[in-house]
Amino acid sequence: MTKLDLARLQFAATSIYHFLFVPITIGLAFLVALLQTAWHRRGDEAYLRLTRFFGVLLVINIAIGVVTGLVQEFQFGMDWLAYSRFVGDVFGAPLAMEGLAAFFLESTFLGLWIFGWGRLSKRIHLLTIWAVAIGAALSAAFIMAANSWMQHPVGFSINQQTGRAQLTNIWSVLSNPVFVWAYLHVILAALVTGSVVMLAVSAWHLKRRVEIDVFRKTASLALVVLVPTALFAMMVGSRLGVIETTYQPMKIAAAEAQWNTCQPCSFSLFQIGGGKEDMTPTKIIAIPHLLSLLATDSWNGQVVGLNQLNAQYQQKYGPGDYVPNVFIQYWSMRVMAYIAGLVFLLGLWGIWLLWRKRVATAKWFLRLAVWAAVLPFFMNTAGWMLTESGRQPWIVQGLQLTKQGLSPSVNTTTVAISLSTFVLLYGVLAVVDGVLMVRYSRKELSPVPEMDDRGQPVPAMSY
Amino acid sequence: MQVFWFIVIALFFTGFFVLEGFDFGVGLLHGVVGKTDSERRLAINTIGPLWDGNEVWLIVAGAGMFAAFPGWYATMFSGFYLALVLLLFALIIRGVSFEYRGKREGVRWRRTWDRLMTLGSLLAPLLIGVALGDLLHGVPIGANQEYTGNFWDLLQPYALFVGLTIVLICVLHGSTFLALKTTGDVRDRAERLARRAAPITALAVLIFSVWTQVTINRGVIPGLIQVAAVLAAIAVAWLIADGREGWAFTMTTIAMATTVLTIFIDLYPRVMVSSTKAAYDLTVQNTASSPYTLKVMTIVAVLLFPVVLLYQGWTYYVFRRRIAPSDLEGQEPVRAPAGAAGAETPGPGAAEAPAGD
Repeated sequence: MTKLDLARLQFAATSIYHFLFVPITIGLAFLVALLQTAWHRRGDEAYLRLTRFFGVLLVINIAIGVVTGLVQEFQFGMDWLAYSRFVGDVFGAPLAMEGLAAFFLESTFLGLWIFGWGRLSKRIHLLTIWAVAIGAALSAAFIMAANSWMQHPVGFSINQQTGRAQLTNIWSVLSNPVFVWAYLHVILAALVTGSVVMLAVSAWHLKRRVEIDVFRKTASLALVVLVPTALFAMMVGSRLGVIETTYQPMKIAAAEAQWNTCQPCSFSLFQIGGGKEDMTPTKIIAIPHLLSLLATDSWNGQVVGLNQLNAQYQQKYGPGDYVPNVFIQYWSMRVMAYIAGLVFLLGLWGIWLLWRKRVATAKWFLRLAVWAAVLPFFMNTAGWMLTESGRQPWIVQGLQLTKQGLSPSVNTTTVAISLSTFVLLYGVLAVVDGVLMVRYSRKELSPVPEMDDRGQPVPAMSY
Repeated sequence: MQVFWFIVIALFFTGFFVLEGFDFGVGLLHGVVGKTDSERRLAINTIGPLWDGNEVWLIVAGAGMFAAFPGWYATMFSGFYLALVLLLFALIIRGVSFEYRGKREGVRWRRTWDRLMTLGSLLAPLLIGVALGDLLHGVPIGANQEYTGNFWDLLQPYALFVGLTIVLICVLHGSTFLALKTTGDVRDRAERLARRAAPITALAVLIFSVWTQVTINRGVIPGLIQVAAVLAAIAVAWLIADGREGWAFTMTTIAMATTVLTIFIDLYPRVMVSSTKAAYDLTVQNTASSPYTLKVMTIVAVLLFPVVLLYQGWTYYVFRRRIAPSDLEGQEPVRAPAGAAGAETPGPGAAEAPAGD
């Protein structure tokens, strides 16, 4: 493997891993905040017990999300020196803002929330969990602004003397259409993730028929959040697809393995072949007009093929191969979309059961809901592979190739050592996190905590 | 504007070491001041609500470097590659060990996380200290701002000594913090430790000051702020003996701040010294972002940073109380995250086996 392969693999592996924990953190933070708000409003102690129960699951995941986020910040400079120099002027700003505006908020208030039971007044303590949730969501906003700039660079000019990108308008960066839609998409996916996990945990307890009245509350909350967010996530995703067809046509054409221009274009449910050697794949079950609709938002829209795009790019950027990995594009798009569909259907089923007041007794539904917990993680990973691999061979679309972004002074062995260190460490952490998550998800719900004379739970939840 | 951002980044590193410094110290010392598991928990809980927010100072310092001095960030992070991998390893195991050690009972589980916490708390300040020493002492940097050395070039005696000094100050800082925030045996042990560590740390800071002067060719007589650092470290021994823990903690804060600031003051206007040739030094001018970016960042920082200081300060106010052993009684985080102090009689293995299986 070359240095480029290793550096890309390291970035892919650490980012995917990091993003296993990000959506569940954002999603659960909002859901736990809702639970605590329900306790605050209604005074029903069941909600207090649930807040504490799901709060522990939240804390277990935040821990890994935070520490693996550090690796992301360092990695740009470590492996991608030329990239960092080239774009630091534009790309560094949102990262620094993230630290100041969001990360301080999230981390400080997380400490206050965990250790603040009984020390803070009920109202202030409720505000701290909302601050954590808002901090987490804000943090994602700045990261998405930075990432969207790599997909569709705006608000900059190239300094003729230094040859580097220079920020000229921060508002353009923060109102980049790719950013606005991609950020919405990520937040919705995070809420889907959080609610599916909450549903799965509740289903496990309902299946065992303990604390039915309590876990029915979280099952309902999860379902009520899941159905609209899953629907909107798909709609926003489809809108994002149309935007990307404008700015990154390669990404969308590759997601259908569409080598030659088509009009109108059909969408295949799945297919055999489609790689570089086989440009006319066998489409199994093709749905006419669907690709036109998804990519261009019109019934008869034209999707330019990969071959034609590549010819255009060669004319514009010089000789080279500008087609991303078609296999990854095609399948990551489908894994993402199909899982979203599945999760949405599961949600609809649950809502129907809820309406018929049978959710706590529907055996098959509960059984499936427990296993559904793993689905959002595959969905999120596939979504990122679609968007990041689809940008290749560019590191910044149209401005810098990935291979040009590397650190010349770093040698292959160094990257290999680092990659193996992270793989080992992350592997161990995944096992520990998995064990703790399962253990705490299956724990019996703790009874109502002891109250002090002000009607507040006594301080607890310390390390 | 570039100067302003150099100051901002210097202050963020200083703030990081002042705040996270005692967290590192507590992480290093929890096994020394705590003979039993509950004593160790007591020590760790003094920084429980604070360490995470404190660590963000480092993250913002790094991101600020990226935004304001991309050239500095790029050269430093790629040049210090393997050292940073080690630093990330240390920060990861440390961060996780805080959250996870209490999540299960069992001696082996706890001891493992205790050891990882100690290791992480030792490595992190040591490595960042060595890195700061390298910035000032100089590392091989070529004409294109490229790092031309290897991992071993980073381990030069001066840099290693800066790392050691920083670790010693963390130990002292952590012990005065523990003395200030705990009661009982833990407090006594922390005080004894602080009294013993103070002269050693003061000596190290003195050597550091002289060595730094020699490094930057300014003779051997330390400047005013270095003298202040040495005096502050010595004063800790008397203040602790006098029972004035608050003042002792203030002194270790001063010792830490002045030591870190010394490096940045002597560095300016350079940000990274080239040992190859003075002309290749990285400076605030040749690594900075465009004026527009710096202006945007300045507005954001001026608007947000006071708010951050306000709520972080408030956190310290909320958790100002000393922690006594009785605070943790019956609050095994595993068994009763709901804080059902004694209300719940823990059945045998309640925490071990998934309930109901």
